[in-house]
Amino acid sequence: MTTLESSNKSRPATGDRPPFDVVRIRADFPALDQTVHGKPLAYLDNAASAQKPQAALDAEAECYRRFYSNVHRGVHYLSEKATDAYEEARRKVQRFVNAAREEEMVFVRGTTEGINLVASTYGKQHVGAGDEVLITTMEHHSNIVPWQLLCEEKGARLVVAPINERGEVIVEEYEKLLSERTRIVAVTHVSNALGTINPVAEMIGMAHARGVPVLIDGAQAVPHLEVDVQELGCDFYAFSSHKLFGPTGVGALYGRLDLFADMPPYQGGGEMIRSVTFEKTEFSPPPARFEAGTPDIAGAIGMGAAIDYLQALDMNAVAAHEHDLLDYATRALEAVPEVRIIGTAANKASVISFVIGDVHAHDVGTILDREGVAVRAGHHCAQPVMDRFGVPATTRASFALYNTREEVDRLVAGVERVKELFG
Amino acid sequence: MSELMDLYQEVILDHNKKPRNRGTLEDADHEAKGDNPLCGDQLTLYLKMDGDRVTEIRFEGRGCAISVASASLMTETITGKSQSEIAALYESFHELLTGDPSVAAEAGAELGKLRVFEGVREFPVRVKCATLAWHTLMAALEGEDASVTTE
Repeated sequence: MTTLESSNKSRPATGDRPPFDVVRIRADFPALDQTVHGKPLAYLDNAASAQKPQAALDAEAECYRRFYSNVHRGVHYLSEKATDAYEEARRKVQRFVNAAREEEMVFVRGTTEGINLVASTYGKQHVGAGDEVLITTMEHHSNIVPWQLLCEEKGARLVVAPINERGEVIVEEYEKLLSERTRIVAVTHVSNALGTINPVAEMIGMAHARGVPVLIDGAQAVPHLEVDVQELGCDFYAFSSHKLFGPTGVGALYGRLDLFADMPPYQGGGEMIRSVTFEKTEFSPPPARFEAGTPDIAGAIGMGAAIDYLQALDMNAVAAHEHDLLDYATRALEAVPEVRIIGTAANKASVISFVIGDVHAHDVGTILDREGVAVRAGHHCAQPVMDRFGVPATTRASFALYNTREEVDRLVAGVERVKELFG
Repeated sequence: MSELMDLYQEVILDHNKKPRNRGTLEDADHEAKGDNPLCGDQLTLYLKMDGDRVTEIRFEGRGCAISVASASLMTETITGKSQSEIAALYESFHELLTGDPSVAAEAGAELGKLRVFEGVREFPVRVKCATLAWHTLMAALEGEDASVTTE
């Protein structure tokens, strides 16, 4: 993966890390080893959710088997062990995105909750009538709707930066839309529907030059790119565990500590308070202030283990492998008459959306499924993107580190099969 | 693969490619919209009635092959039928797609061409593609302006 802002902080390609070996990597993911409708599974729906390495499954199960208890509460042995493991997971997540301090990492249910948290705390505090929230056309619904709700409530305006024919944000237009009423920018790092890698460092710089904070939706970026929130300079960065080869139901929100410190709580409950009387409640400092109730303890630990798994790999080699799959699949699909690839940005992650003539994506998805090839068919929770390109839906193949060229070949053979049937 | 051939039978592919009764009716008595948010299928039905009989029906919209073919074949089948005949067909059609297989096999010889959708029962996620037009039709018959969703 070539990326402007994240690839230069290279980790050693040799040394104690074994060379990249996709066969060995596949063996770490038990779900990959199965047949679907009598064919070996080719799992190409990683942008929706990724499969899990045994190490992450074991870590979660181990928590429940050996040291499970509630966290931050008990004085007993198990509670201490569980708290240690949970807080160790927070430090893993912190190091993963290179946040300066662990208090800057809040565990949430996933990217969606991370964005909602910011919209309903920072957003409610800072966005008022006549103000603006700036997003882009390529946002996932989860980075549109929370802001739309906020704007409706406050009488503010949701402003949308356009994208070009290739599916790239038109940065000059984006810059022009940063106005004196802009209170926050929310933009995706990598588009789930198009694969576009946005020049977020540049976009953050433009916003900061006008004193506007920026939230980055990192759900699709973290499985593919090395992310350094300090280098990016973003104010908030949200991502999910489940796309990162970890368990579902958990994710993390990075927030600059000075912003977190001034933000009101997201939800009320246990864990997030310092003291409660019926007259007044004093809230805990971050991150506890934003983690009301018992968190997904085992999920966070599993997420930490998935991060350990990834970080033990040579991420440059992983990026090179995924980029090879993207190039290989792009060339192969381009060669099929009537296939139109939606999203042809110069800087792309390993996601290919396409349409085949006027065959509906759902028919394509069903036919590919019978060939054992799992893809996403639909609007990818990005209806404005579909509208922009004038298609109701696309078929999307998205590759992860464990995919192979042979699986791409099967995708292409399936596409040929679709054309035969619908010819 | 044979299940796939059962799903995408020639009749279905033909009706997808050349939908019958596609278009609008300017002087429609009944109109209803249906949508299937999961796939983005959208459908609008226009009906003209004589008493409780459908004399003319048109549809417009977009969707997968199953939903377009289902709308097309439905319009052919129900033209000239009364509301109670349509309700009986709807029930048999539903039974064909989701009911007990032995019952479904017996269900309604009156389904005629609609039996080509029998293959859909092997593809549970596609059942709502086949039933969207029917849900929308029932809504159109119940009210003058209605909208339904499969979600």
